Amino acid sequence: MKLVIAYIKPDKLGVVKQALYDNSIKRFSVSDVYGHSDEDGIAESYRGIEIQVDLINKIKIEIALNDEFVEVAVNAILEAGKSGQLGDGKIFVLPIEQAYRIRSRQSGKDAIG
Amino acid sequence: MTNKFTYWLRNFLPLLFFLLPQIAQSADDVASQTNLNVVWTCLAAFIVFFMQAGFATVEIGLTRAKNAVNIVMKNLMDFSIGSLTFYLLGFGLMFGKSNGFFGTTHFYLSGTTGEHWNYTFIIFQTVFAATSATIVSGAMAERTKFVAYLIYSFFISAIIYPVFGSWAWGSLLDGKGWLETLPTGAFCDFAGSTVVHSIGGWLALTGAYFLGPRKGKFDINGNPRAIPGHNIVLAAIGVFILWFGWFAFNAGSTTVGTASIGRIAFVTNLGGAAGSLGAMFTAWILFKKPDASMTLNGVLAGLVSVTAGCNSITPNGALIIGFLAGIFVVLSVIAIEKYLKIDDPVGAVSVHGVCGIWGTLACGLFNAEGALGIAEHSTGLFYGGGINQLISQVIGASAAFAWGIGMGGLLFITIKHSIGLRVTEHEEYVGLDIEEHGMEAYYTTK
Repeated sequence: MKLVIAYIKPDKLGVVKQALYDNSIKRFSVSDVYGHSDEDGIAESYRGIEIQVDLINKIKIEIALNDEFVEVAVNAILEAGKSGQLGDGKIFVLPIEQAYRIRSRQSGKDAIG
Repeated sequence: MTNKFTYWLRNFLPLLFFLLPQIAQSADDVASQTNLNVVWTCLAAFIVFFMQAGFATVEIGLTRAKNAVNIVMKNLMDFSIGSLTFYLLGFGLMFGKSNGFFGTTHFYLSGTTGEHWNYTFIIFQTVFAATSATIVSGAMAERTKFVAYLIYSFFISAIIYPVFGSWAWGSLLDGKGWLETLPTGAFCDFAGSTVVHSIGGWLALTGAYFLGPRKGKFDINGNPRAIPGHNIVLAAIGVFILWFGWFAFNAGSTTVGTASIGRIAFVTNLGGAAGSLGAMFTAWILFKKPDASMTLNGVLAGLVSVTAGCNSITPNGALIIGFLAGIFVVLSVIAIEKYLKIDDPVGAVSVHGVCGIWGTLACGLFNAEGALGIAEHSTGLFYGGGINQLISQVIGASAAFAWGIGMGGLLFITIKHSIGLRVTEHEEYVGLDIEEHGMEAYYTTK
């Protein structure tokens, strides 16, 4: 069992989601996050005073997967999430020690789906 | 006898039939004109009332989310307190029989309850008084103690606004102010660039000065830093509401249903539109981008600047006055922040104080009563009216400055050293919504 965490560009959420669905991966959660990496910030100004916005909006996707689905999921995100420019994001794969489904009390592989 | 009767019947009866409807008609005319005046003035009052929503949303949009509830309460309370105090005290001081400096009758409409026009007049004047009161709220946003604000709000609607108002507008009812009887000619302020806006603006300046800047507004070297407002869309909706309200603010100031309403509305609109362009181009040149919040300020600056002269300037005059106001407002916002080190989150001092003075002086330059056909001679310097009107305008605008700064200083210093003017540092950090009102404007699922 693995936890895949992907940080992607907000405008790539639509195609990444579709790519995951196309590979029968339908259970994941998405959140709005702010981060900084090699990308420079954005220079904004408010009433004539400059503001350097250095934290940039990203989308974080968390997917818990049984081992045989990990590669498919990672490839789908790598494919769909790429624009080729700085700030496309990263994917991390972490081991999961145990999983439970609250409704049915299932655990392990069955809980993941 | 019979002959006489037939003679009368033949010669005068038709005349009587011809005359009677005429007499009835003219009485009808007077009644319908009176009714029209009431309907128009009330309609204008209701629309000007709605400007309260505009002031609230502009201020909320240009400040941070953690203080939105406080701004809602301030705007709600200055209208509510203003309505009551203006009825009980302010109206009498402003429009009662006057000694030249303040009115002494008509408190809580006493002695005038039989005069129906007074009800129309007081509701119209109430919404004006509340407009002046609410201007200050924006400059003092995000750091003022709520109870201190309530006290301030009482005094502006009860005394500060009405006394100055009586100087310039007393004779609209039963008063007579010294600015109306100047040897150089009556002070010209048709809808209140000075009476409403400058007074509000100078009180705002004094309030913001004695409060001090918001925490984090200036860095250790004293350079201003941006504290972005949390919702520019809300601020824009507010400006559109105010622009809409301004048609009633200016054209309603006729308090008479006449043909000049259309001209005043048109002139008003040109002022706002030109102000918007003036501010946008100035911001674009200075900051390299057409800053939205400055352009929104520019609309209001243009509208304020044609408020005094909306009944006496030409459309072309309004265009020039409004455009210049748009330039002045941007420069003034920068100057107040950079050089005076006063923190005015919404630019109220620049919009209402500075452009109010500009609009007032502009009457002395651009008044074109002759060209408009509403008087024999124009009083504006540029229209051959000489310098007298300009002198009257300088006197009136200076009086407003002295009165606003003086009374504001007295009031805010007294509050500062008694109950306190400013919230604690902790409260400012957490936000006035939670600390003063125990709630938030935008609940999320928790």
